[in-house]
Amino acid sequence: MRSSRMPWIVVALGLVLALGWVLPALAAEIAIGLNVELTGSIPQVGQSSLNGARLAVDEINQAGGVKVGNQRYTIRLLVEDNEDKAQSAVAVAQKLYFQNGVLAMIGPNASRNAVPAADVAESAHAPMITPWSTNPNATKGKQWVFRACFTDDFQGQVVASFARQHFKAQRAAVLYDVASEYNKGIAEVFRQSFTRLGGQVVAFETYTTGDKDFLSQLTKIRAARPDILFLPNYYSEVPLQVQQARQIGLNVPIIGSDSWGFAGLLELGGSDMEGLMYTTHYAPDIATPTAQTFIKRYQERYGSLPDDVAALTYDAFGLLVTALEKAGKPDRQAVRDALASIERYDGVTGTMQFAGSGDPIKSAVVIQIKNGQFKYFTTATP
Amino acid sequence: MAFYIAQQIVNALQLGSVYALIALGYSMVYGVLRLINFAHGDIFMVGAFLGFFAAAVLRWPFVATLLFSMVATAALGVTIERLAYRPLRDAPRVSAVITALGIGLFLEHFTLATVGAQPRQIPRMIPMHFYTLPGDIGFSSTQAVILAVALVLMLALDLFVNRTLMGMAMRAISWDIRHLPLMGVPVNRVISLTFAIGSALAAAGGILVGLAYPIIDPYMGILVGWKAFVAAVVGGIGSIRGAMLGGYILAATEVLVAAFLPSTYRDFVAFSLLLLLLVFKPTGLMGRVWAQKV
Repeated sequence: MRSSRMPWIVVALGLVLALGWVLPALAAEIAIGLNVELTGSIPQVGQSSLNGARLAVDEINQAGGVKVGNQRYTIRLLVEDNEDKAQSAVAVAQKLYFQNGVLAMIGPNASRNAVPAADVAESAHAPMITPWSTNPNATKGKQWVFRACFTDDFQGQVVASFARQHFKAQRAAVLYDVASEYNKGIAEVFRQSFTRLGGQVVAFETYTTGDKDFLSQLTKIRAARPDILFLPNYYSEVPLQVQQARQIGLNVPIIGSDSWGFAGLLELGGSDMEGLMYTTHYAPDIATPTAQTFIKRYQERYGSLPDDVAALTYDAFGLLVTALEKAGKPDRQAVRDALASIERYDGVTGTMQFAGSGDPIKSAVVIQIKNGQFKYFTTATP
Repeated sequence: MAFYIAQQIVNALQLGSVYALIALGYSMVYGVLRLINFAHGDIFMVGAFLGFFAAAVLRWPFVATLLFSMVATAALGVTIERLAYRPLRDAPRVSAVITALGIGLFLEHFTLATVGAQPRQIPRMIPMHFYTLPGDIGFSSTQAVILAVALVLMLALDLFVNRTLMGMAMRAISWDIRHLPLMGVPVNRVISLTFAIGSALAAAGGILVGLAYPIIDPYMGILVGWKAFVAAVVGGIGSIRGAMLGGYILAATEVLVAAFLPSTYRDFVAFSLLLLLLVFKPTGLMGRVWAQKV
């Protein structure tokens, strides 16, 4: 009995092995998960992210797929809605990694979802790239988690070096909201970086969310004779601060951070904002050919200008494809290692490099307000 | 250094004018009704939004905007008193205070629902000029207008309260509301007038804030309301001149703390000093002692 079964087992094993060789050659597919905020409080973020993802995946597949090793693979996109809730983002991540067995996951976008989902990626030993989460905690101390955007810490360094290089500023002043984590974080990194770059922070003044009178702080700043004023604050407060600075004769250049980038800044600030600059992820009128092509295709397909989330999601796929090609095999560990050692990737949102951590070293763009519009000014690096 | 202090005093005068105008409303209402009208900061906010309507939508000039907002807000104050406070005049005082908090929340959320949460900008109603005094002290045309309007309004109020029959009636109510009708004083009319004047002054404060800090939102009344309340208490709540003094003192303390200490300490030091003052003078700087006969 025993011996008579043997041939069958051998045949069956042979068949399975053969299928294992043949099937991937036929299907040749890599599953990638997309964990995004399609419903909940920021559905436009999820939608833009999905738009960017679909555009990226279709372009890859139309070009014949990704060449990994000697094999070409097409990408199958599995889209899941995380409802902009931390627990759903975690559930979606578990489903994608453990049930659907995706090779890697793109998303979530908001830090409140990306930080808990990152823990799932760590426990699954599978790569995750968040396009838009800037909170340092998303990638901090993690092996498997990457992001396509810069961090809040990074932005503080970029602004400092831009102030030193472009404005030749020697003495800088900062006014920031001490009650808000984002503003405080950037302000402190700016102070360290500006000092490290040989400048001097001569005034470091605070206020509290909701304040409208900044005259006493600004007068103090003026008395410290700075060459530049940094306002890493939200768009609803910046116009008041700029106006009051001018009112007391503080006529130095003023720069800001990505919290300026809302249309409300232009409406509230009017002509007071003319000529001022701030750093952000991406500018729709950016000059690089890569970005121009992306914007043109996006506009043809969706009929609107891509925002920073769409551009960053597109770049997240670009990074993943680059890593796959470099890894040479569709294997989670190999892809992770390849991602972590990407030396140069030219994306829509600038050039990126990963050096050990999940945070890219990349350029930020500087936007200048010109004729009441946000205009690309230059690309800045720390 | 002298320049620096002088410049900070200019800043304090601007901020103090706003605090003083709003503190007056707290003080007057407390004077006649013994009621801390916690909705007052939100009445100030409504005044600012009415000013926004007149200046941005109807494109009225400054004086018309100011008068319109003061009159409309006065009507609002009288209506609130008639509908919300008068029925509670004989109820325990805590009921009236809770009602005042409720009215404040109502005004905030009504504005939020009708106008929206996004901040609005009041257009520049006064051409912007900068003047420089000897010693490089700078001040703007808006600062000059704010100070002038506030001083004129406060002077007019002081004259009204101390030199007219209605003013005398107001002062009389603050002494004894229960027996005053026996003297033939129309108590309800005097109380309505008090609310009208207090609210109109808050609206003037709102317009001046619109000149100085032209971005307004439905929650702008909360912080300013608290500070004006503190100013009224420091000056001696119930006292007109005390409220004015309190407003300028609070602003000067805040500005000078921010000027010479890290600005994070501003509210902490300013309010500690004020608390300390109240320990030694519980009725405020110009408050009178309420003796009760037994």
